[in-house]
Amino acid sequence: MDFLKLFSKEPPSKDVAKERLKLILIHDRANVSPTFLEMLKSDIIRVISDYAEIDERGLEIKLTKAGEEGISTPALIANIPIRKMKDTAK
Amino acid sequence: MGTSIVVTSGKGGVGKTTTTANIGTALAMLGKKVVVVDADTGLRNLDLHLGLENRIVYNLVDVVEGTCKLKQALIKDKRLDNLFLLPTAQTKDKTAVTPEQMQELVENLKNEFDYVIIDCPAGIEHGFENAVAGADRAIVVTTPEVSAVRDADRIIGKLEAKGLEDHQLIINRIKFEMTKKGEMLNIDDMTDILAIKLLGIVPDDEKIVISTNRGEPAVTDPASKAGQAYKNIARRLLGEEVPFMELDNEESGFFSIFKKLFRR
Repeated sequence: MDFLKLFSKEPPSKDVAKERLKLILIHDRANVSPTFLEMLKSDIIRVISDYAEIDERGLEIKLTKAGEEGISTPALIANIPIRKMKDTAK
Repeated sequence: MGTSIVVTSGKGGVGKTTTTANIGTALAMLGKKVVVVDADTGLRNLDLHLGLENRIVYNLVDVVEGTCKLKQALIKDKRLDNLFLLPTAQTKDKTAVTPEQMQELVENLKNEFDYVIIDCPAGIEHGFENAVAGADRAIVVTTPEVSAVRDADRIIGKLEAKGLEDHQLIINRIKFEMTKKGEMLNIDDMTDILAIKLLGIVPDDEKIVISTNRGEPAVTDPASKAGQAYKNIARRLLGEEVPFMELDNEESGFFSIFKKLFRR
């Protein structure tokens, strides 16, 4: 056991590798680029802004894996904090 | 009727040709009649790994074009009577052969041999299409590096799209010391990410360089650890249950020095 590692903040490099791989493989498998996600994000903001006031900084959109028994299909997860609904929505 | 197995990886330099030469040789040592096929037209190297580079007269492209008979292009191994190499052309490119021609060739070989092991070129283009065309099974070789794992994932997707569902993973060049320290992706990390059945793990072994220098596959050297790993893989291919190699036998640290002293 590396005693000094107990005090270091850096995670083992293999964990970094694993995280990076997991993320990029989701994009690879679904055949979408991070740029595509940015475009999608801005379009979603534009559409929802017609109905609600949203917190753009808190907006989170990501592709993740939704699968069972080894077969993984991509899923789009969006977390959109709403400040308040617009009058037109009522 | 034999079985055809393609050895593929996506990324270059992860050990496809080494794996092909060693699995082919190991299966022949276990008494099977084996042919190893070099599908890397234009960049052939399987002949060098087996030390047969000076015996090539005809090649795979000659067979496909009808310049010679299949038997004329097969080269018998130096050491084993039941191991053969079908080399490919060095001065042609991958478009010299079509997937249909390759499929027919592999079918013919399966009539003569128990195992047809195909060494796939790197990449996902024409050469890959040719190499997998006649394959019943696939072995995906990767190393514990992000780029090799990413490319392996791409290849697995390609194989599945082709309906080649029988595919298994070999993790090559594992450095046990580094995995223990968390500085290298370990076996669980990789099978977790790739979601594919593990066929074997091959430790990083400097002796592989020496084997390749001499043109003698590592499995012919009883002292080689990588050679032992490939022998285990060959037995698993035949359906035997062989436990995976122990990772902790290369101990380091204070106590292991004493252990090593007493072992002598």
